[in-house]
Amino acid sequence: MFRKINERIIETAIRVSGFAVIAFVILIFLFLLKDSLSLFRVYPLKAFLTSTQWLPISEPPTFGIIPLLMGSILVMVGAIVICVPIGVATALFIAEVAPGYLKMILKSLVEILASIPSVVLGFIGIVWLGPFLKTTLHLNTGMCGLTGAILLAFMALPTIISISEDAIIGIPRSYKEAAYGLGATRWQTMWRIVLPAASSGIIAAVMLGIGRVIGETMVVMMVTGNAPIIPHSILQPLRTLTATIAGEMGETVGGSDHYYALFAVGLVLFVITFMLNFVADISLRKSRK
Amino acid sequence: MAALKTRISIENLNMFYGDFHALKDVCLQVPQNNVTALIGPSGCGKSTLLRCVNRMNDLIDGVRTEGRIIIDDQNIFSPETDVVLLRKKVGMVFQRPNVFDQSILNNLRFGLRIHRQMRSKSETMELIQKSLEDVGLWDILKDKLHHNARQLSLEQQQRLCIARVLILLPEVILLDEPCSSLDPIATMRIEELLRVLRERYTLVIVTHNMQQAARASDYTGFMYMGQLIEFGLTQGIFTAPCKELTENYITGHFG
Ligand SMILES: Nc1ncnc2c1ncn2[C@@H]1O[C@H](COP(=O)(O)OP(=O)(O)O)[C@@H](O)[C@H]1O
Ligand SMILES: [Mg+2]
Repeated sequence: MFRKINERIIETAIRVSGFAVIAFVILIFLFLLKDSLSLFRVYPLKAFLTSTQWLPISEPPTFGIIPLLMGSILVMVGAIVICVPIGVATALFIAEVAPGYLKMILKSLVEILASIPSVVLGFIGIVWLGPFLKTTLHLNTGMCGLTGAILLAFMALPTIISISEDAIIGIPRSYKEAAYGLGATRWQTMWRIVLPAASSGIIAAVMLGIGRVIGETMVVMMVTGNAPIIPHSILQPLRTLTATIAGEMGETVGGSDHYYALFAVGLVLFVITFMLNFVADISLRKSRK
Repeated sequence: MAALKTRISIENLNMFYGDFHALKDVCLQVPQNNVTALIGPSGCGKSTLLRCVNRMNDLIDGVRTEGRIIIDDQNIFSPETDVVLLRKKVGMVFQRPNVFDQSILNNLRFGLRIHRQMRSKSETMELIQKSLEDVGLWDILKDKLHHNARQLSLEQQQRLCIARVLILLPEVILLDEPCSSLDPIATMRIEELLRVLRERYTLVIVTHNMQQAARASDYTGFMYMGQLIEFGLTQGIFTAPCKELTENYITGHFG
């Protein structure tokens, strides 16, 4: 009897917290939507989506999201290009090649990397990486998209490495045996059998890694130069969606158009993150099938 | 009967998993173009012996081998042996069908790719057709080559695994309990296939199923605790074994 009541209570508690999470997500979305709609009552949605300028404090202001979106995309693509090969190669190395002790060392290094606060990374970007890129690539300024992309890549690496590694370790031994039995070398086996078999897990890892850094603010605010203009190359200063919200929120008056515009930017960010996680979820599910 | 040619000569083979002495002084002459069965209670070292012949045990840490296995006048354990070529010549079929989670076509092409034998498209297709015909799958699969191989029935998967070995034109095929995950009818059909393949290949099959050994093999070796107790014509082993241990096992007194 007692046990039954106990079970009931636990079950209800679990169910309530499950629903609470869903409710929170929906509430956040509605909240963003409501404040964004306040902007579109006075500022046309079309202009928000198509204008190529973000001039929030000129008279009249222009709230074009394109430069910020381009900034975010450029930094993100740069980060992906850098972190995917490194992350997948490292995961392969840890899972398939490294002897026991090296495996341990690498895994703890990855954990340490995951625990570095983003401010510290940003600091490293300002005092070291930025100046380094400036002199080696002969740039006008080291505070540019590439600096942000490299640091974000580092932030995404731990997620990518550990989830890819799980995916690779999960590949049935029998596949590898079959490949070796047919005379494949270790590299042929990895390249042609292990990687394809782990691909959906690896895609999920990349998505989650990117999902993690797309919302990252501190690093990009510190090192990408904060120029809300359409970047023509990753070597130029730019400004991302997150940096815009974080940088300008303090200066706006609550309830002003500018204030609501920042919420609209937040809504765009929310939608992007949501879609990324959705895709990651689908491929993870596929890989576990 | 024509004079028997020895295809694989196993000489004083000892193998250790770390400190565990898994194979003890095994000597065995595997005759060419015959089916040789290895029987014995589970854990006696049948798989271990089989995996020595194409050096699959290299993949396991802490394995030490003594003695020789001679194939084509060469000791496969000598440093000159190219393991990649050895495994091409001595193919292996495993206990559970281990097709790759890829298309049927890719499963068959894998071997050609890794051995750099991708010829023209038509030649490749010819090889694929030939190997599938050899295992009796061509008519069923010829329109489904792009389907995922894991959608096939277990029997078809195991046949595909055999085809995947055949496409590399091996000379010896090792089969480690190839029917243990199949139903009796599929088992019979695979045994039939082995009888056909015997014409062109030297086959060594591990089985814990004595009826299977009796039905499908020409020669039988009985193993016990890492030793090869007795080896001879299958008929002789099953009707008039020389050793008491063999007799006890065959009559089901232990096992
Ligand atoms: N990778 C391994 N490491 C250590 N011992 C092993 C390993 N594989 C098999 N053995 C041992 O070697 C013996 C023979 O195994 P195996 O050849 O698989 O037997 P069988 O195929 O006849 O059932 C068993 O006692 C088994 O425990
Ligand atoms: Mg076995």
